[in-house]
Amino acid sequence: MSVETADTAPRGADGGRRGERSAALTRILLLSVAPILAALVIAGGILLALGVDPLAYYGFVLERGLFNGLGLQQTLTRMAPLLLLAASLIVAFRAGIWNLGIDGQFLLAAVAAGALAPALIGSLPGWLTLVLCFVAAAAVGALWSVVPALLRAYQGVNEIITTLMMTFLGVSFANVLVKLLFLDPGTTVPQTRTLPVADRLPRLLDTTVSSGLLIGLVAVIAVHLMMTKTAFGLKLRVVGANPRAAVHAGLPVAKLTVAVFAISAALAGLAGAVEILGVHGNVRADWNPAYGLAVVPLVFLARLNGFAAIAYVFAFSVLSIGGESAARRLGVPHFFTLVLMAIILILLAVVEYVDHKRRAAGKA
Amino acid sequence: MTPAATARAARAAAPAVPLVELVEVTKRFPGVVANDRVDLALRPGEVHVLLGENGAGKSTLIGILSGLQEPDEGEIRVDGRPQRITSPRHALALGIGTVFQHVMLVPTLTVAENLILGAPWWRRPDKAGLAAKVAAITDSFGLAVDLEAVTGELSLGEQQQVEIVRALLRDSRVLILDEATSMLTPKGIDELGALMRRLVARGLAVIFITHKLGEAFRFGDRISVLRLGRKVGEIPPERLNALDEAAATEEIVRLMFGAGAGDPDAEPHVARTLAPAAPLLSVRNLTVSGGAGIVGVEDVSFDIAPGEILGIAGIDGNGQKQLAEAIAGQRVASAGSVLVDGKPVDHFDVGARTRAGLRYLTDDRLSEGTVGTFPISLNLLLKRIGAAPYWSGGLERPGEIATHAEELVKRYDVRTPSIETPIGKLSGGNIQKVLLARELADGARVVVFNKPTYGLDVQNIRASRRRIRDIAGQGIAVLLISTELDELIELSDRIAVMARGRLAGIVGNDEGARLRVGELMIGAVS
Repeated sequence: MSVETADTAPRGADGGRRGERSAALTRILLLSVAPILAALVIAGGILLALGVDPLAYYGFVLERGLFNGLGLQQTLTRMAPLLLLAASLIVAFRAGIWNLGIDGQFLLAAVAAGALAPALIGSLPGWLTLVLCFVAAAAVGALWSVVPALLRAYQGVNEIITTLMMTFLGVSFANVLVKLLFLDPGTTVPQTRTLPVADRLPRLLDTTVSSGLLIGLVAVIAVHLMMTKTAFGLKLRVVGANPRAAVHAGLPVAKLTVAVFAISAALAGLAGAVEILGVHGNVRADWNPAYGLAVVPLVFLARLNGFAAIAYVFAFSVLSIGGESAARRLGVPHFFTLVLMAIILILLAVVEYVDHKRRAAGKA
Repeated sequence: MTPAATARAARAAAPAVPLVELVEVTKRFPGVVANDRVDLALRPGEVHVLLGENGAGKSTLIGILSGLQEPDEGEIRVDGRPQRITSPRHALALGIGTVFQHVMLVPTLTVAENLILGAPWWRRPDKAGLAAKVAAITDSFGLAVDLEAVTGELSLGEQQQVEIVRALLRDSRVLILDEATSMLTPKGIDELGALMRRLVARGLAVIFITHKLGEAFRFGDRISVLRLGRKVGEIPPERLNALDEAAATEEIVRLMFGAGAGDPDAEPHVARTLAPAAPLLSVRNLTVSGGAGIVGVEDVSFDIAPGEILGIAGIDGNGQKQLAEAIAGQRVASAGSVLVDGKPVDHFDVGARTRAGLRYLTDDRLSEGTVGTFPISLNLLLKRIGAAPYWSGGLERPGEIATHAEELVKRYDVRTPSIETPIGKLSGGNIQKVLLARELADGARVVVFNKPTYGLDVQNIRASRRRIRDIAGQGIAVLLISTELDELIELSDRIAVMARGRLAGIVGNDEGARLRVGELMIGAVS
């Protein structure tokens, strides 16, 4: 599982002859579908051990997450923040920056949006309130990445450590803000003031699907195109693939690094705003959906490709919405979705490793 | 007579029994026969030189001997008995030690710790015993090894000595030196040659792999030539003895490249007279701080006229790379000035200097010069990302990028399946062609070459040198940094010698240049 494959695979496929192309396609399908089927079987075994009929569970997940109209709408709504987080990670990972602080950036930005929206809605028009909230959320997200960004860009401090540490601080700080500063005096539950449903992000057509879905889709596709088709994206990829070559080519590596952090963290911030302005309307104390770390494996499965990421985010949303319903109905813990994801990820990694070994043995 | 020649004469009458023998060894990889029925006998007391272009099958053969690979067909005999070599550990146990081209030591450990690595884990490291054993080896072979030195702080030549000591500590009877001289200075090469003679004098067998014909002749007893996986010729000691260097060179070149390609390794220098002109590149009192343990640049000044090639000779690591990077704008100079065509470019960044016509071909082709996973087409534009007409309004224009790449690939004869091929998959020679194409494109006026032929095979070395001569002929000022004296003598109009960050002197490239450059280098070393 590597960033390199993400860069070369689409180009290689373009240049390859038709025969090679279909063979490569078969291989990719075999490599990505077979492990998923195997994972379903293994997870089914675990369900059996828990005394749950796996077929009933999977059926229920699909029914509630995909086939049932209301469930599908929930699934699509859930995709919105996940897509923005995927966009955030694609920028960072393609540029070789391991921004693992997106949960902290997400949560603080969510608090910012949650605190700002009800305060502004009285005096400003609805659309302006939403726009200002998005700007504020993006800014807060980006702000939370400044320390890791500067340390990485100018001191070479490993950003995996610093972003993870900042995420712990961010999650706690978000709680502090909710409980001490932005507490809604009108309720006994510790939470921010609630944005009325009418003032939230508009819903799509006649459904309950939040228009955040569109924002998410646009963000992922825009990021994908930026990274693959623009000069700026290429510069970022050069920095990610070979920082020494970037210096040699005269690229301003430190500035680009800071820019990557800013873009990535701002997108994570937008994800927080979308979730609050589109779904919840407020931030409860101790709320932390930890979407960020759930999206990391999805982005890797998608090999940092935006379109593939959309597919994986959709599949994950089906699993998690369906899984939440199934959890209530069948008594399976709702985090079983994560167990399933983990099994898929491990199997994909194993298959990839074996394939890599096989090909290396064929080549050497 | 050279020492090798004397030894050859002494032994020509009584050929020794081979310690290790490869018989009709064949190794196939998908699509290629890396070794095709190769015979090779390693006799005690002999330096057996293995010559061949890149891809001739030398590495595979070494892999088989050192236990990294097993042959598909054929037989390995150790002391006359058939024997499989199943792992590097097994090879060592059989007395076959290998010193690879790239140093295989842990840089953060001391020399002693590196030498102890690989000992049984349950045994307490016996430092005193090690010191005694190492002393015995260094005394008898005339090596100098400081056991307490941190390995990473040693020069490459010193690290190589540590590796040889390590092989000898394991009682190796056969020592494989894989392109051991490629990173060494002329003096280092001579020392290694003398060491090889001492090793074989004590009954070891040495396999010495090199690209350089001169070294093969000076240090070798027996020369085998590989070509496209087959052994195409062997010159035994008695034959080698009868030939003089020119005749041997001619025979080897004929073996390696077949009919038609008969030039020796280095072509003679053709002195040129340059029309007097204002300097195109001027460096004035340039000073660059090197940092911990690294030589910087101190107060270096020189001028290069249009069409002139100024060579920089010197032992690797004497500030040459720092000088090149400071001129290219990659490294900040603490004092002094760089002028292109009389105009200072000190406040220019890399991009602005590139646009001003100042180009730098790095010696680090893969880890600095290119992005290995990116296609050739993008690597050709790596220093011009965002420039018109290949990008318009920040958006990539694939058609323009492809046309540009197709044209350069054709003009510079880059052998590649496609312009979309990741550049890391090309051979060193072809990567160098891509770099040349990139740096010479669009208004190059001053080109800095850092070890332009390092690691290339003979044909690509020739092609690169011809290219350097050609661009100088077009009026471009060339700064040629090289550790190969032959190369500098062949190409340069003047040669400067760099030592400890300073210019020890600049000499015109005429009759006695080699001697005077050598003197400057030796004077700088002592």
